[in-house]
Amino acid sequence: MRIFGLNRRIVRALLGSQYAHMLEYRAEIALWALSGVLPFIMLSLWSGSDARAQLGLDGVALDRYFLSAFLVRQFSVVWMVYAFEEDALLGRLSPYLLQPLHPLWRYVASHLGEQLTRLPFAAGIAGVFFLIQPQAFWIPSLGGFLLAWIATWMAFAIAFLLQSLIASLCFWSEKATALERLLFLPFLFFSGLLAPLTAFPPAVQDWVRWTPFPYLIDFPARVLSGDAVNLAAGFGAQLAWVLLLLPLVLLLWRAGVRRYSAMGA
Amino acid sequence: MITVERLSKTYRVADKQPGLAGTLRHFLRRRQRDVFAVRDVSFEIAPGEMVGFLGANGAGKTTTLKMLCGLIYPSSGQVLVAGHQPQRRHPDFLRRITLVMGQKQQLIWDLPPMDSLRVNAAVYGIPDRVASRRIAELSDLLELGEELTRPVRKLSLGQRMKAELLAALLHEPEVLFLDEPTLGLDVNAQMRVRQFLADYNRRTGATVLLTSHYMADITALCPRVLLIHQGQLFHDGALDRLASRLAPERHVRLELKEPAPAEAFTGLGRLDSLENCEVNLRVEPSSLTRVLAEVLERFEVRDLEVNDPPIDQLIGELFRQGSL
Repeated sequence: MRIFGLNRRIVRALLGSQYAHMLEYRAEIALWALSGVLPFIMLSLWSGSDARAQLGLDGVALDRYFLSAFLVRQFSVVWMVYAFEEDALLGRLSPYLLQPLHPLWRYVASHLGEQLTRLPFAAGIAGVFFLIQPQAFWIPSLGGFLLAWIATWMAFAIAFLLQSLIASLCFWSEKATALERLLFLPFLFFSGLLAPLTAFPPAVQDWVRWTPFPYLIDFPARVLSGDAVNLAAGFGAQLAWVLLLLPLVLLLWRAGVRRYSAMGA
Repeated sequence: MITVERLSKTYRVADKQPGLAGTLRHFLRRRQRDVFAVRDVSFEIAPGEMVGFLGANGAGKTTTLKMLCGLIYPSSGQVLVAGHQPQRRHPDFLRRITLVMGQKQQLIWDLPPMDSLRVNAAVYGIPDRVASRRIAELSDLLELGEELTRPVRKLSLGQRMKAELLAALLHEPEVLFLDEPTLGLDVNAQMRVRQFLADYNRRTGATVLLTSHYMADITALCPRVLLIHQGQLFHDGALDRLASRLAPERHVRLELKEPAPAEAFTGLGRLDSLENCEVNLRVEPSSLTRVLAEVLERFEVRDLEVNDPPIDQLIGELFRQGSL
């Protein structure tokens, strides 16, 4: 039986092949993992700054927040727009459209394959962090870990859907990466990657909470680091964004494929 | 199996003049024009038929093929393939067709073809045992062995094309759309792919629509050809009938014992070339007997040959000229 066009065998085959594919790029992925150390740079900046009191996080909590932000980012990185744009321009999309499986599943599988490949590198970097900052070491409770895992997955789902929405514009513009840059700036500032959301003035915080950005890093990182956080509001917002974006992506995709087909595929 | 009725496709393309002025005008006021890729094309293909699809570059072959497999929406007209409207891309339709495009890949570049084949088997719901049997059969026919476990990027073009064919045929489609399946292959690889396609058609009774720039593909595989020109269907029928339609004259080659002036051939058809003792004439079939009798009477002939112009030469000329 297929659910959303998938069954266990397809999932296994897709994940297996995409994991094998990503392993071919393990050296590159290790570098990507290393290049994701922005939260650690921000940690060192905030640690030496007088403004850290405004964050509402003490020394160890701040260490744990940025380590969690690093880990959440590692497992919610999405490069859908780049991959899709290349496939659409090089015509690789056409064979996918002629198979009885929604092409988006292939991209989901390659992201998950990549996350699996990143796992040892991310764990290694976290290990080095604890060696340098032993006071920050903590093991989250099983419940806390599971909640953080779900929150990270939801963050990945939101980021994937957001990028899929932009990627679908490839059907019209062919250069969706330019649009993706528009999304990157607010993501950088409001996701919690540079600073926890509490660093912003309350009015900005109130406004940003209506966007998907704080649910991409800040919320899951706080859950993972064991910080006090409104779980119901956070998970509710994540679910709401997924439920809002999913039909939008499917609608835009359908219209886009129609357009792609009209323009010559 | 395939019914096409008054099929047309029009693209709207930007019309930009060269130079800075043209660029500025294009930026401020974008002008577009309609390009008719396919116009009023109609034909039917019966189950199990192998049909060649010919035409110069830009004639509308690939656009038609893409409409038949559902990648492109027609602007007007009707298409039915295996009882489905292709553009709806119903899963049942997708399971019954395949499209092989010479330069487009469905195999994962960095992995061995076997990994992509496993994914295809799962996507098409082919049980593992059946998939393994089909892979063994098809790889045997295609002469693929350890290539299936080598990364695609390490395979030669011919090996890659054969692996692509295997991936495209794993689900045993009833209708094959093949767009330049032998493009870029060496002569031996072309021959093997041709042989494979003939075997596949014989074994499974699949319907095949094939485009190729290599006339050898068409002559070896397709008793019937469709010739499309400037988006319109010019010929639908046997290949030899196409030859007589494209070039109704017969070629007569003479080798004379002694050279003769051009005037000596007046009334003997059209003089194509005259070089020392070698003469080439083009003659209407209806006057061939009379011309040959007169030639033998007027000249001392060492050798004489009467030929139909080779079809590949005719099509080649047609493609080069781009006009009929």
